[in-house]
Amino acid sequence: MTDLDELYQATIVDHDRAPRNAGTLAAPTHVATVDNPLCGDVVTVQTRILDGVVHDIACEGRGCALSRAAASIMSTMVRGRDAAAARSLAAAFEHLVRGAPDAAIPDELGELRAFAGVRRFRSRRICAMLPFQALIRALDSA
Amino acid sequence: MVLDTDALRRDFPALDTPVHGHRLAYLDSASTSLKPRAVIDAVVRVFTHAAGNVHRGVHALSEAATEAFDAARDDIARFIGAPSDEVVLTRGTTESINLVAQSWGRAHVGPGDAVIASALEHHSNLVPWQVLCAERGAQLRIAPVDDAGRIDLAALAGLLDARVKLVAVSQLSNVVGTVAPIAEIAALAHAAGAVVLVDGAQAVAHLAIDVAQLGCDFYAFSGHKLLAPTGTGVLWGRRALLAAMPAWQTGGEMVAAVDLHAARLREPPHRFEAGTPNIAGVIGLGAAIRYLATLDRSAIADHEARLHRRLHDALAGLEGVRVLGVPEAAVVAFTVAGAHPHDVATIVDRDGVAIRSGHHCAEPLHHRLGVDASARASITLYNDDADIDALIASLARARRVLGVTGG
Repeated sequence: MTDLDELYQATIVDHDRAPRNAGTLAAPTHVATVDNPLCGDVVTVQTRILDGVVHDIACEGRGCALSRAAASIMSTMVRGRDAAAARSLAAAFEHLVRGAPDAAIPDELGELRAFAGVRRFRSRRICAMLPFQALIRALDSA
Repeated sequence: MVLDTDALRRDFPALDTPVHGHRLAYLDSASTSLKPRAVIDAVVRVFTHAAGNVHRGVHALSEAATEAFDAARDDIARFIGAPSDEVVLTRGTTESINLVAQSWGRAHVGPGDAVIASALEHHSNLVPWQVLCAERGAQLRIAPVDDAGRIDLAALAGLLDARVKLVAVSQLSNVVGTVAPIAEIAALAHAAGAVVLVDGAQAVAHLAIDVAQLGCDFYAFSGHKLLAPTGTGVLWGRRALLAAMPAWQTGGEMVAAVDLHAARLREPPHRFEAGTPNIAGVIGLGAAIRYLATLDRSAIADHEARLHRRLHDALAGLEGVRVLGVPEAAVVAFTVAGAHPHDVATIVDRDGVAIRSGHHCAEPLHHRLGVDASARASITLYNDDADIDALIASLARARRVLGVTGG
């Protein structure tokens, strides 16, 4: 598999073409928008958090395949989890994409393991991280 | 005369270095150009044989540096048809424009006054005017751009009145590749009593520039898009305008006499060149201009025009590709339906093809054209047909990798 095939593997292309939880929520409790100044891309994450649990989440914005797929997978993984678990998922994901290309990939990252390929594309790490930055900012916005 | 591109390409060592195992197709010279051996050697010579400071020492190294530095300013001046004392050396186009905004602008733009910029400007020819106008209580008026990516001259004329102090326009758009009629714009602006600043960052690498003929009052450009090192730039200004402008950065080099409470400033251009300059960079810029002088500029213009047409037609003929505006020179910006420009640029890079992706520091123009971002291929003297072929072939791969089918 070439590094391009690894980067744009089926999981990522699938989530890019058909993003899950795309759009907005009727009654969000925590919302944040972040920009990627490199390209003008923007992601807005809306969450509905009750008793510390992410009951619902929606993402919208404009971006590349990597940021769209990351937002989509992220949304499926944090829904139903508590905010602390969402934060630790974000930290583990950042650790993955900033890590060495041959570092171990933790199982807890689930479908996000598909992003291991971005480690060979230094300038694109920020694309994958963008939705998680919006999520963290939303969680902080209480 | 036909350009010997193969011979010319051998002057650029970066073209010899494979990228991801492929021949490099460098289609991003609008971002920054590659450097010819003559420039690289000139910079190495400075640090090897003329490593002193300029205009300060009496020792051999300082004299050698000063001589080469002053000669470079003369070469730059001749290149744009200006006298040397109207050539201010800066870090780049951005600094040149900021110099005008902060020095000339603060002295001449007051509450109730106005500045005009066009809707296609690079952020470096827009944000300085936004900041100046906000600070001075002045109004920033925007000259609209048509669907082809051309500045609407009639609308620009309608924005001009006695309150307008300055009109800022780019000569060659870094996105849509349109060429603005500077002489016409200058005539309109001057009739209304406004001065004209031209952002020549892209134009200087592709069009013959004679500031005396052009009709503008300030002309700003960078060395790094003109085969020279980064961190070099030029502000040309009419002598009378420069002479009346206050200093903007102060310190050494720009003063004639200093006591503990006051300093007498030097005449232009030195008044605007505080501190030790980018000596090797400026000498490199002089070397770039001398290198260009050894080439047949009209053959280069023909070569670039032919490649640009071919690049445009090849892209416009691809399924799902939209070319932004109607490009006239150097650059072609485009979108691929269903694919983000960043993904496209990442994928073609793996085939050795270097293109730009994003909004190219012209976010308002992208929104005017109804897109968030684009991919941009740009050509210059050392490009050839194989570069364009590589891009077109690689774009097909990008569509496959991204799962884009149909238009």
